Amino acid sequence: MKLVTAIIKPFKLDDVREALTPLGVQGLTVTEIRGFGRQKGQTEIYRGAEYHVSFLPKVKIEIAVSEAIVDEVVETILSAAHTGKIGDGKIFVSPLDRVIRIRTRETGEGAL
Amino acid sequence: MPRFRVASVAALAFAIAPDAALAATPQIDTGDTAWMLVSTALVLLMTIPGLGLFYAGMVRKKNVLATLIQSFAICCIVSLVWMVAGYSLAFGTGTPWIGDFSRVMLHGIADHFHHGVDDAFVLGAGSSNPTVMTIPESVYMMFQMTFAIITPALIAGSFAERMKFSALCVFTVLWSLLVYAPVAHWVWSPIGWVGGFGAVDFAGGTVVHINSGIAGLVTALVIGKRNGYKQDDLSPFNLTYAIIGAALLWVGWFGFNAGSAGGANGRAGMAMLTTQVAAAAGGLAWMIAEWIHSRKPTALGIISGAVAGLVAITPAAGFVLPGAAVLIGLIAGGICFWASVILKHRLGYDDSLDAFGVHGVGGITGALLTGLFAYGPLSATDANPSGTVGSLVQFVRQAEAVGITIVWSVVVTYLLLKAIDLTIGLRVSREAELEGLDMVLHGERIN
Repeated sequence: MKLVTAIIKPFKLDDVREALTPLGVQGLTVTEIRGFGRQKGQTEIYRGAEYHVSFLPKVKIEIAVSEAIVDEVVETILSAAHTGKIGDGKIFVSPLDRVIRIRTRETGEGAL
Repeated sequence: MPRFRVASVAALAFAIAPDAALAATPQIDTGDTAWMLVSTALVLLMTIPGLGLFYAGMVRKKNVLATLIQSFAICCIVSLVWMVAGYSLAFGTGTPWIGDFSRVMLHGIADHFHHGVDDAFVLGAGSSNPTVMTIPESVYMMFQMTFAIITPALIAGSFAERMKFSALCVFTVLWSLLVYAPVAHWVWSPIGWVGGFGAVDFAGGTVVHINSGIAGLVTALVIGKRNGYKQDDLSPFNLTYAIIGAALLWVGWFGFNAGSAGGANGRAGMAMLTTQVAAAAGGLAWMIAEWIHSRKPTALGIISGAVAGLVAITPAAGFVLPGAAVLIGLIAGGICFWASVILKHRLGYDDSLDAFGVHGVGGITGALLTGLFAYGPLSATDANPSGTVGSLVQFVRQAEAVGITIVWSVVVTYLLLKAIDLTIGLRVSREAELEGLDMVLHGERIN
């Protein structure tokens, strides 16, 4: 099992969710976050004064998936969240040791 | 010419002859009074909530309440200062230099009442140039009070986010009496010396906007820059507030300008019209200038431009035709954009919310252009059949009035600020500024 964590632009959230549903992704956790990457934030101008905003608003999606579909999930997010402009975000894939469904105590892929 | 010079006593007697008895006791006009009551409420709308929200939206979250409270507190303070002495000093007959103490504590304001009906009162009674009014003195006094309130509230934009509240309260009392009241008397009293040499200010370009804008610049220089200026993120907390505030200012400005006609008449209608088109032109001028300069027309930009247009049309509103008003709005929008966005950063002073850049510069622009564009018939009276006519001579008179106001405002404001700084202190500590004025000064915060 893998945990796919994707940092994306907030307005791309619906596109990503719609693209993932047909793949059999069962659940998805979304968090509104702020941060920066290589872009190091952005500059805003108010009445001629430039202000550097270090932490930009982003959305973090966390998805626990089986090994079988992890590549497909990653590819789908890459396509759906892509704009080609700076600040599109990142995807992290990490190993997932245990998954337990609280209601039934099921474990492993059965709990996904 | 002061804006309320409806007619001299002699001219009124002539106009409504042969009933000489009526001329001797001029009557209240209910239509005029109704409009002036509405105008007064509209001008108060400009300060609380208009200016309060306009300014509060532009500061950081930790200073929003402190900024809103400044407008509110100034309203409370000046209302009483005006009642106690300000009105008497500004509009008591007195001399060309200052009014008198005849209306201290509004003494005698009910003298016109007979059987519950208020007679019209005479501004400058007993002087060489009395002005007969068609509204009760209570209404006139209250209308003027709202102008006295908004003027020091405008200054607060320059020292936002760093002045002590106690210093603000003391400054407001003293500035209202020592700067606002004399300048109002010079320009608007029927015997004031600035109005006397022919300079005109329909609704406060000089008295309100130049006066407050210049005081704002002096304050910004004396109090110093905000901590983190040009380094930290000082961006506006909530521009939605600023937009609501600017919109309320625009609406309230109809009372400010059309109310300055002194009654419900054609001049009021024309002033309302010129106000509308100048505000629109100012908004578009700033928007276009910004679009070209920084490639995006911002919300803050278009509302700033509209306010600049409103400021600039203020001295001119009852003197110019709509075409000239559009021109005044366009010029003011462009010049105020330059002053607030380019000049300020080049010179390096921290006029936080551009009290000088918008009100000072816009007021000077409008006062000078009034001298060029004034259309005689709008201000003509029996006593002055040609009215105020735009010319180079009038332009120079306007420039003199601007210069006089600037000198008085700079000198007295500076002395007041220094005196406050040496006694109770002007500025909060660095720590307090970093924590935010809401919590440190007022013990409150928004979440």
